[in-house]
Amino acid sequence: MLGLVVVGASWGGLQALGRVLSDLPREFDLPVVIAQHRHPGSQEGTLAQLLQKQIDRPVLEAEDKLRIEPRHVYVAPPDYHLLVERGFFALSVDDRVRYARPSIDVLFESAADAYGDGVIGIILTGANDDGARGLARIKELGGVALIQDPAAAVRRAMPDAAIAATVADAILPLEDIGLYVHELWVRSSGARETA
Amino acid sequence: MTSSVGAPREPAGTGERPPARDDLEEIELSLLLEGVYRQYGFDFREYAPASLRRRVWRRIHAEGLTTVSALQDKLLHDQACMERLLLDLSINVTAMFRDPTFYVAFRDKVVPALRTYPFTRIWVAGCSTGEEVYSLAILLQEEKLYDRTRIYATDINEAVLERARGGVFPLDKMREYTQNYIKAGGKQAFSEYYLAKYDGAQFQRSLTENVVFAQHNLVSDRSFNEFNVIICRNVMIYFDRTLQDRVHRLFYESLATFGVLGLGHKESIRFSPHEGGYEELDPSEKLYRRID
Ligand SMILES: C[S@@+](CC[C@H](N)C(=O)[O-])C[C@H]1O[C@@H](n2cnc3c(N)ncnc32)[C@H](O)[C@@H]1O
Repeated sequence: MLGLVVVGASWGGLQALGRVLSDLPREFDLPVVIAQHRHPGSQEGTLAQLLQKQIDRPVLEAEDKLRIEPRHVYVAPPDYHLLVERGFFALSVDDRVRYARPSIDVLFESAADAYGDGVIGIILTGANDDGARGLARIKELGGVALIQDPAAAVRRAMPDAAIAATVADAILPLEDIGLYVHELWVRSSGARETA
Repeated sequence: MTSSVGAPREPAGTGERPPARDDLEEIELSLLLEGVYRQYGFDFREYAPASLRRRVWRRIHAEGLTTVSALQDKLLHDQACMERLLLDLSINVTAMFRDPTFYVAFRDKVVPALRTYPFTRIWVAGCSTGEEVYSLAILLQEEKLYDRTRIYATDINEAVLERARGGVFPLDKMREYTQNYIKAGGKQAFSEYYLAKYDGAQFQRSLTENVVFAQHNLVSDRSFNEFNVIICRNVMIYFDRTLQDRVHRLFYESLATFGVLGLGHKESIRFSPHEGGYEELDPSEKLYRRID
């Protein structure tokens, strides 16, 4: 049963994130957790505020031990790694992982470890290869791996690296990702009800 | 399959749960931590599992092993391996005037109260290599409070304390620290506080005149004084909820009435049993004041 969506984005990510999140229908109630690379000095809270302007569901910057609630969107705070445990967040100020803090790999790997096959991982536009290992880990533990079609991404390096690292369940244009995720969720909740 | 004795139990919660492999790994991990504790006395049993697991796996790979149990075996019989794991597990990342707005809030909201005291005791818990302590000392000097302050700077790790006492920080960080210092409301030229030497920036000795660096383990050691301010930033994020609650009790009991607790930007006392004992002094800077 699906329990969590994790999204990684870098260069060009803000717009892409806005699009995917606004395509999720109201009824969709999985929590969504985002690691978006930012400039280290960037202000706290701003990414959450920018996203909040574009979507209806609550957007929060994750804090240590904060409970993960349905329908909420969480973003990793700048200059921390964000990890998930079963049902809540953990933070670390550990060294950068491949130049990034927050690191998409760290978020994705912890999500896979905590939620197993209940995770949907999504890699969006970006100019580096962060997230590729994490997405592979999600796939390895039975979760779903989705990647934005590199051809139409603002920067294609990150989707390309993810494609090279794992067998994606789908490679989709940005416009189709939200609906695809919704469909996965509908099918998984249907399976739950008839089980 | 009719044997009743020793028939394998159906593992709990198959089906909708993550693969059984993870549950098994959880068992292995807790056995490893228990073993490490009993053999060497290092107690990581209540540390936050997600980042602990990352670190342990890094060590497993580095040792050329493939399971947590294999690492446990090696750790228990090979002290050098234990020392390598300890290095992996100690996360000492820190910076001078990290989160400059915290220091701005400290100047605006804590310093005025400290002025009313004849003498102030401050505890910096989990001070790592000391950058935070030197930052605080600079702030207090500039506010003319340093002479009537004693700072107790503690960490579990003696090696980082030794570096803290030395007060030499990397030269290539000085540009970043200078910017932080300015944003933190610094009143002088930052370069007045250190001497650029070949091996790093040597900070003024006067900054540690009133500092006591000492080893203290938040997991097992008690309070050692009553404080007007306790600062513990980015340390408890590595603890699980149970341990966090215990450390919060320790801090609460170690604070004088109206004493101030300062946490990291993304930590809070919400949900801690002592939440009711504090009022918010500056919620976004995570400064709290003990009220009873
Ligand atoms: C990430 S550093 C934080 C340094 C500094 N407070 C800051 O915010 O920049 C965490 C520190 O906590 C220390 N620490 C970890 N467990 C501890 C314990 N049980 N008792 C005391 N210190 C501990 C580590 O040795 C490390 O130096």
